[in-house]
Amino acid sequence: MNKNYQSTYSPNTAEIKNEMLKEIGVDSYEELFVDVPEKFRFPNLDLPSPTSELDLKIEMNKLSSKNSIPGEFSSFLGAGAYRHFIPSVVKQITSRSEFMTSYTPYQPEVSQGTLQAHFEFQSMVCELTGMEAANAGMYDGATSAAEAVLMACRINKNFTVNIVDGVSPLYTDVIKTLTQASGINIEHKDLNTVLAGSDEPPACYVVQQPNFSGEIEDFDKLTKISKLNNALLIVITEPMFLSMYKTPDHYGADIVVAEGQSFGVSLAYGGPYAGLFACKKKYLRQLPGRIVGETVDKDNEKGYVLTLQTREQHIKRDRATSNICTSVGLIALMSTVYMALQGKMGLKYLSELCYHKAHYAAKKISQLDGYEIVNSNFYKEFTVNCPKPVKEINSYLHENKIIGGYDISSKSQNKMLISFTEMNSKEEIDNFINLLSKIK
Amino acid sequence: MNKISKRKLLFDQSIKGKVGTTLPSMDIPEQKLPNSDYLREEITMPEVSENEIVRYFSSISQMNFSIDHNFYPLGSCTMKYNPKLNDDIAALPGFNEIHPLQDTETTQGALELMHHLQILLAEITGMAGTSLSPMAGAEAELAGMLMIRAYHINKEDFKRKKVIIPDSAHGTNPASAVMAGFEVVSIPTDENGNTDLDALKSVVDETTAGLMLTQPSTIGLFDTNILEIVKIINENGGLIYGDGANLNAILGKVKPGEIGFDVIHSNLHKTFTQPHGGGGPGAGAVMVSQRLVDFLPDPVVTKTNSNFNFTKPIKSIGKMGAFHGNFGALVRAYAYIRTLGKEGISSISEDAVINANYLRTKLNDTLDLPYDRICSHEVVFSAKSIKEKYGVNALDIAKRLIDYDIHPPTMYFPLIVDEALLVEPTETESKETLDDFIDVMKQIVKEAETNPELLLNAPHNTPNKRLNEALAARNPKLSWRDTLVSD
Repeated sequence: MNKNYQSTYSPNTAEIKNEMLKEIGVDSYEELFVDVPEKFRFPNLDLPSPTSELDLKIEMNKLSSKNSIPGEFSSFLGAGAYRHFIPSVVKQITSRSEFMTSYTPYQPEVSQGTLQAHFEFQSMVCELTGMEAANAGMYDGATSAAEAVLMACRINKNFTVNIVDGVSPLYTDVIKTLTQASGINIEHKDLNTVLAGSDEPPACYVVQQPNFSGEIEDFDKLTKISKLNNALLIVITEPMFLSMYKTPDHYGADIVVAEGQSFGVSLAYGGPYAGLFACKKKYLRQLPGRIVGETVDKDNEKGYVLTLQTREQHIKRDRATSNICTSVGLIALMSTVYMALQGKMGLKYLSELCYHKAHYAAKKISQLDGYEIVNSNFYKEFTVNCPKPVKEINSYLHENKIIGGYDISSKSQNKMLISFTEMNSKEEIDNFINLLSKIK
Repeated sequence: MNKISKRKLLFDQSIKGKVGTTLPSMDIPEQKLPNSDYLREEITMPEVSENEIVRYFSSISQMNFSIDHNFYPLGSCTMKYNPKLNDDIAALPGFNEIHPLQDTETTQGALELMHHLQILLAEITGMAGTSLSPMAGAEAELAGMLMIRAYHINKEDFKRKKVIIPDSAHGTNPASAVMAGFEVVSIPTDENGNTDLDALKSVVDETTAGLMLTQPSTIGLFDTNILEIVKIINENGGLIYGDGANLNAILGKVKPGEIGFDVIHSNLHKTFTQPHGGGGPGAGAVMVSQRLVDFLPDPVVTKTNSNFNFTKPIKSIGKMGAFHGNFGALVRAYAYIRTLGKEGISSISEDAVINANYLRTKLNDTLDLPYDRICSHEVVFSAKSIKEKYGVNALDIAKRLIDYDIHPPTMYFPLIVDEALLVEPTETESKETLDDFIDVMKQIVKEAETNPELLLNAPHNTPNKRLNEALAARNPKLSWRDTLVSD
């Protein structure tokens, strides 16, 4: 240990520490670690030497530049994470240290800022999804889906779950991981098989809208499924889609979950994001995660608190609805500020803009030799049958400063899932299509 | 701005026609829209101008206490300074703008960082392997317990249904163990604050899958029986899960892997300074011993020649999230470890433990000290005597601290201490701040004697006085729409 080392993040100098040790009544800090078995005390620590701020910034600049960056590249990659524009206000507000460096609002009198912002978030998620109640956010869309499955099983006291074809395999994997020890039996079925009904209804049907390949599932069929029996309908969806299309309550959803990232959250290589989680009010007591409620204080002034905490692990321990503790407060705030900025008109306009761009591109691609659009009804993302393996196409596109779509091929197919947002200019889209036309 | 209008929700401020941001132009020919049966008529969102939105959020933010403004000695939460440098590095476009599903050949910089972080965390904890994919501490706990489950099942040992957890543990421990399919057996803590060895021996058997242990414990003590505990569990075929919530106390002082832990997680938002954000995001790296490496969550980053890749361990418990963890938090943790380096990382625990023991020594005669011995990075006091003498409790003391601009310590936790006040000063607080806290605490105890009303009605200067939590639960108003319905 270098005795001369002084951390910039620790204000007490060696001299001050010696003074404190004297007050404590020991001669050295080593005496404060006597409870650690001697044999294992003060091990060698093989770490690099300290780095200065300047040196680290230079190194990290270099390291981060090794990545191909959407923005420098045109990107048509989606599949559950989307590149949308983020207004400056979002970052400015969420960088405020009052929001960024505060803890979970367990002490409501000194956390009204966080609590009120969470309350706005819950309100906005309810409006967006058409549901009656929402929590303050889960880790991401996929863990929201897994928690929804567990919730449905608790509600119906039934451990069979039907995942309807079209749910993202990335989500299915997470549902499997998080439920693997809960005695849950997962069955994969296509929509029409589910529609035919079964003698033993499951706890829930899980559908994705639009589905992983971009197809919008038929509203009437979903409505019928929701009325088949007492199984809950869990709809996994996406906020930009919800800004334009009818909300899932119109086709009978009991629980709506979504990846909230499209709304004001950077791609950041996959996280942190925020999972949206909303449901009908009758299921409130089984809702996992943090919930903020309005109340009054001793002077009868309005204020906000964490509520229904008897569902949560810090009170209920082994009988909690979930083990979730730390969630995604700051990310939920990003989406809250984003929704506030876009407001009623902005969300609808942006959503339609994505629609128009995707449909413009689809029309052009369908005219190319060797390409075929798989979907009949889609929103901002669709699947293309390509003349060559997707990896080959993407490699060619990358040489031309384009990040292509997601490879969803199986066996001999060459299927590419491509996505369009307001970030893709007409020029970019035309250039992309022109390059595709050169691959035959 | 007066108090009332500051509290008015955006939804209530909305005026038709106001616009919050500019919109990009429609630069492509408009396409035919779907049948209107599919489309929503309108979406109810606030209509407020941009500058009003900025003022609204800035104003409500000022109702928060935060680590940049206040001493925040919240026990077990490690509320320490969050270096600004880390935020800048995480915001570099090469980290912040990249898509999680890009071909890994185009994200080698990100993978290299993750790979190095895996190695650094394994070194710090003395473990053989790391997965960075859990998105919070509780998710890492679940990952760890699922690995322990998979390990026994892989050995065709199906009888291990039981997990032992001391009564001082965080609530997430039992909740995670249950999600991982186990029955929880709780054991007591002895009068010295150690795990009760007799109780442990009486419940451990061939059905024991493992033990979940926080070290140092939530009462801020390093268990002096630790080697005995590990031996008892291992002899019975169980594994040790280490809850790393209190890792800050032992960085560079002891490696959990070396004393026989099989799993330890790290809350990167505590020990490694990802800002807590008013309740997240966090990140929960999970490190394991050699015998669990094959069970790690999917993915881990591996290196072949000079190429980095995502790999699924052969017996992996699976994916913990849609992608590969909270990358933004990983970048911050990495920047933090690199800034401090070997010397700095070791100095964290040293400084944190000195600060906690300083408070213990100086407040020993002001509050009850249920465990009167050298503590770790946090110290648990009790307000039991004060309650008996003056009729004010731990909650009242906590709320009165707010009037002195200090965030309350963790109250009523751990559950095994009456009227608990769990104080964690962290290494980033100066002696001056601690001396202030000591003076304030002595002052409050004096007030308890002379003017208990001051405490009972505290806090006095906050936007809200004490809030009615029972009412909130009895009559849930959880959204703006709920508030439109009169009671």
